[in-house]
Amino acid sequence: MIYFDNAATSWPKPPETTKAMTHFLENIGANPGRSGHRLSVEASRVVYAARESVAALFNVTDPMQVVFGSNITEALNLALLGLLRLGDHVITSSMEHNSMMRPLRALEARGIKLTVIPCTPEGSLNPISLEAAIGPDTKMIALNHASNVVGTLLPIAEAGAIARKHNLLLLVDTAQTGGAYPVDMQDLQIDLLGFTGHKSLYGPMGTGGLVIGERVDISKMEPLKRGGTGSHSEHEHQPNFLPDMFESGTPNAVGLAGLTTGIEWVLREGVKAIRAHEQVLTQAMIEGLRNIPGAIIYGSLDAMRQTATISFNLSGMAPSEVGLRLDEEYQIMCRVGLHCSPAAHKTMATYPGGTVRFGLGAFNTLSEVNFALNAIHQLAKEKK
Amino acid sequence: MITSKYSAILVFSTGHAIRLEHVLNQQKIETKLIPVPRYLSSTCGNCVRIKTTDTEAASKIIEKNRIEIQGIKELQEY
Repeated sequence: MIYFDNAATSWPKPPETTKAMTHFLENIGANPGRSGHRLSVEASRVVYAARESVAALFNVTDPMQVVFGSNITEALNLALLGLLRLGDHVITSSMEHNSMMRPLRALEARGIKLTVIPCTPEGSLNPISLEAAIGPDTKMIALNHASNVVGTLLPIAEAGAIARKHNLLLLVDTAQTGGAYPVDMQDLQIDLLGFTGHKSLYGPMGTGGLVIGERVDISKMEPLKRGGTGSHSEHEHQPNFLPDMFESGTPNAVGLAGLTTGIEWVLREGVKAIRAHEQVLTQAMIEGLRNIPGAIIYGSLDAMRQTATISFNLSGMAPSEVGLRLDEEYQIMCRVGLHCSPAAHKTMATYPGGTVRFGLGAFNTLSEVNFALNAIHQLAKEKK
Repeated sequence: MITSKYSAILVFSTGHAIRLEHVLNQQKIETKLIPVPRYLSSTCGNCVRIKTTDTEAASKIIEKNRIEIQGIKELQEY
């Protein structure tokens, strides 16, 4: 069996991830941050260790700036709904996932001004058009770091410089890059960094969050939810400090135990080494697909300019048929369709049919890439 | 004049207590997490117990790491 759906969720996980979660359930299990007994304190240490590991991975100055939630969708909703107000203007790209686009469209319906910068069909964004869209009411630039459909990297460093120059906030969706591509919050000048645990951080589902930088005025940021935090229990009002202000309710401590070990695995292997490995696989996949008659490959066709996510189609075959046959006849797991990103597919001119997506990960090998290429070649030949 | 062997550093949450403990332990200051005594605060959380003789050193570390605390109080017990 070949698993090529890492852009949705990475699998397998490092063995330590499973062990850490089992250890938590069997030996700790208590509610973090609520009680004073040793198991509760130990659970708090587990949650804190996860903050430290996220901070280390993204070069965050203070681990308490790491706000955990259930996934990056919640994180992006918190940043957008929490900070944007009536009359504000926000700029995004035409390559966004619905986790960014849907809250933005909902805000637009409430009177927030939205500019969607068109990207090229390869998914690239020109920073000049980004700067040109800035107006007197612009408050935020909100971008993904890399497309979940086609892997194309967006110019985040340039966006960071533009945001600072115009005193705007930069929100970045790192779902496709965190752990698989270097992301330094300071170097890239990111103010709000959304991350998810279950992709290239090699943690479990149900983990993720938002890192809130020092330029964000949290006194003007609304929580998505309010409730028990284990702090300031004598007050009926929400605490006003990080991370408690945005972390109501019992957290997914067992998931965070797994997330820490996933990130530690990434740090041990090294993001640069993982990136180098995935880049080799990606270029091999792109080159192989280019040699298959009838294969249409999307994106930059350059592994340097994208993550290990490759989108393609076979002429004359629906993506769903390709996906089904790869699964049933070759045991290759991939994702077909629109990948929750209609805007990206419209940009790539693959809407509404969609594409076949291979999301490669750190555990994939060159022999798996070659096996998949042979399978696709076979399908293309049969179609002729 | 030091009257008590131990003092409590009061923080905003157990998460902050864990962070504080981590930073203090790195600088070889002994700590223990204990529930906040009722006579110090009505919060139901934890605080960081240190030796009262370490108070000055701990304060400097707290300032250097920009950790917000609610205060440092001498303990009547523990």
